[in-house]
Amino acid sequence: MEQATSPTRQVEPFEPFEPRLTRIGAVDAVALEARAADLAKRSIKRGSKLEALDLIVRMIDLTTLEGADTPGKVAALCAKAVRPDPVDTSVPSVAAVCVYPTLAGEARRRLDGAPVHVASVATAFPSGQSPIALKAAEARAAVELGADEVDMVIDRGAFLSGRHAEVFDQIVKVREACAPAHLKVILETGELGTYDAVRRASLLAMAAGADFIKTSTGKISPAATLPVTLCMLEAIRDVHVETGRVVGMKPAGGIRHSKQAIQYLCVLHETLGRDWLTPQRFRFGASSLLNDVLMQIRSHKTGVYETPDRFTVD
Amino acid sequence: MSRLPVKKTYKLFIGGAFPRSESGRTFLADGQNVALASRKDARDAVRAARGAFARWSGTTAYNRGQVLYRLAERMEARSSDLAAVAGGRDEVERSIDRVVWYAGWADKLAQALGGANAVAGPYFNFTIPEPTGVVATIAPDEPPLEGLVSRILPALVSGNAVVAVASETSPLAAIELAEAIATSDMPGGALNILTGRRSELAPILAGHADVNAIDLTGANGDVAELERLAAGNVKRVVRGMPAGESLWEIEPLVEMKTVWHPVGV
Repeated sequence: MEQATSPTRQVEPFEPFEPRLTRIGAVDAVALEARAADLAKRSIKRGSKLEALDLIVRMIDLTTLEGADTPGKVAALCAKAVRPDPVDTSVPSVAAVCVYPTLAGEARRRLDGAPVHVASVATAFPSGQSPIALKAAEARAAVELGADEVDMVIDRGAFLSGRHAEVFDQIVKVREACAPAHLKVILETGELGTYDAVRRASLLAMAAGADFIKTSTGKISPAATLPVTLCMLEAIRDVHVETGRVVGMKPAGGIRHSKQAIQYLCVLHETLGRDWLTPQRFRFGASSLLNDVLMQIRSHKTGVYETPDRFTVD
Repeated sequence: MSRLPVKKTYKLFIGGAFPRSESGRTFLADGQNVALASRKDARDAVRAARGAFARWSGTTAYNRGQVLYRLAERMEARSSDLAAVAGGRDEVERSIDRVVWYAGWADKLAQALGGANAVAGPYFNFTIPEPTGVVATIAPDEPPLEGLVSRILPALVSGNAVVAVASETSPLAAIELAEAIATSDMPGGALNILTGRRSELAPILAGHADVNAIDLTGANGDVAELERLAAGNVKRVVRGMPAGESLWEIEPLVEMKTVWHPVGV
């Protein structure tokens, strides 16, 4: 794994991508997967588990991204986001609600005054295959409609055919269009093929000004995996060590059980330390995960295993 | 030439697979090391049963009968293996016959337990039995095979998914039976078998909110405490014949649904 060579050297956050190419390095896939598998085996004690579950709830971007989404569904989702467990007020609100741009307004109205952000996907989600002018306009519209976080997708077609600069420029343009909203850049790692490409795309997105980098749209399998997340976290760490810049991470798609989510927290803690164990720097893109976490929290408190029948169907 | 025989490892049967206990523990029974299931194994088994319930209860009654009949075929093929770990050939034969007996009920339950009701109004009114859901079965210690078969078949035939705790004193027969189930076309998870301490597993299953009924036929000792735990989600609590066959062993594990349908619509 590439190590930061000179921690003292100051690099501008928006330094163009090309001069950095030499420091990208290659990813040792076997070691990466072994380390992720090893960290997944950590045993977590009871007290820490409750704390982790609480943190996971606060980190969730409660998501609905379906063609059949309606304002009614978003309203129900927002209610759940604010008060995930109606019978247990000690369960905190989630971090954000993530919807399509047309529903960002509805989400904003429903969450007015609540400590929950409104995230909207944009830029021809999930493919990203649309002219940049339209993508920038869509991001701007999402913000005008009420989103304070924008989840954009990169154009994987451009990235995979080697037009890295084009991808970089597009992120910069979207970044300008959606300012001052928080920008999360979705790499769609399931389509990138190799860890080398994931690392390259992560560094590129960070150099172009991403506030968060995010694994997947959730529309492609595989979505988030532990090794891919570790690979991206190491890229974030390297940028942080080299430039001091703080970038967040959001694994999304395929995280359905508390146990998995806790494994992500282990990998996060071991890679970036306590500073990153906060919803400002780490999010889970999920929908069914929340119910499983709520079930575990209640089981911990009552001592008996719970049933999904007692929790709302999103 | 002499050879070293391959010895069987007695493991759990969860979700159609044969895992070791997640705790890694074993206990000595009938001279063999047998997996000692933990509370997490019990939870995993309930999750597997819940996952299989839709498919198993959704098969047609006729098909469910066929699958159970095939289980009898598989037991017949393994009868000498079963006889070696159960109470002899007689017990095995009684067990196989019992599977066939219950298999035959699959497509006759609705007629025998349900029916069309005469009501004072212009309605068709009929009652149909539906499976209760996930059933936890505490099997009796003796007889080890016939006791288990006599308790799980009445639950399975109506479409329930089952988590069974095998005989604590002679658990090998249950795992041998699992080998027959694994090749019987029953969906993985419809029947799960745990071996271990009843005193450890029964309270977990009795308290589990995703279990809809518990069969305490094989429970001994402080049954009142198990009933108290079962009350937490108003579980159906059942006690039946440790070895025997009757339609009234099936009936406690179905829910009767009555439908009113206006005449002429």
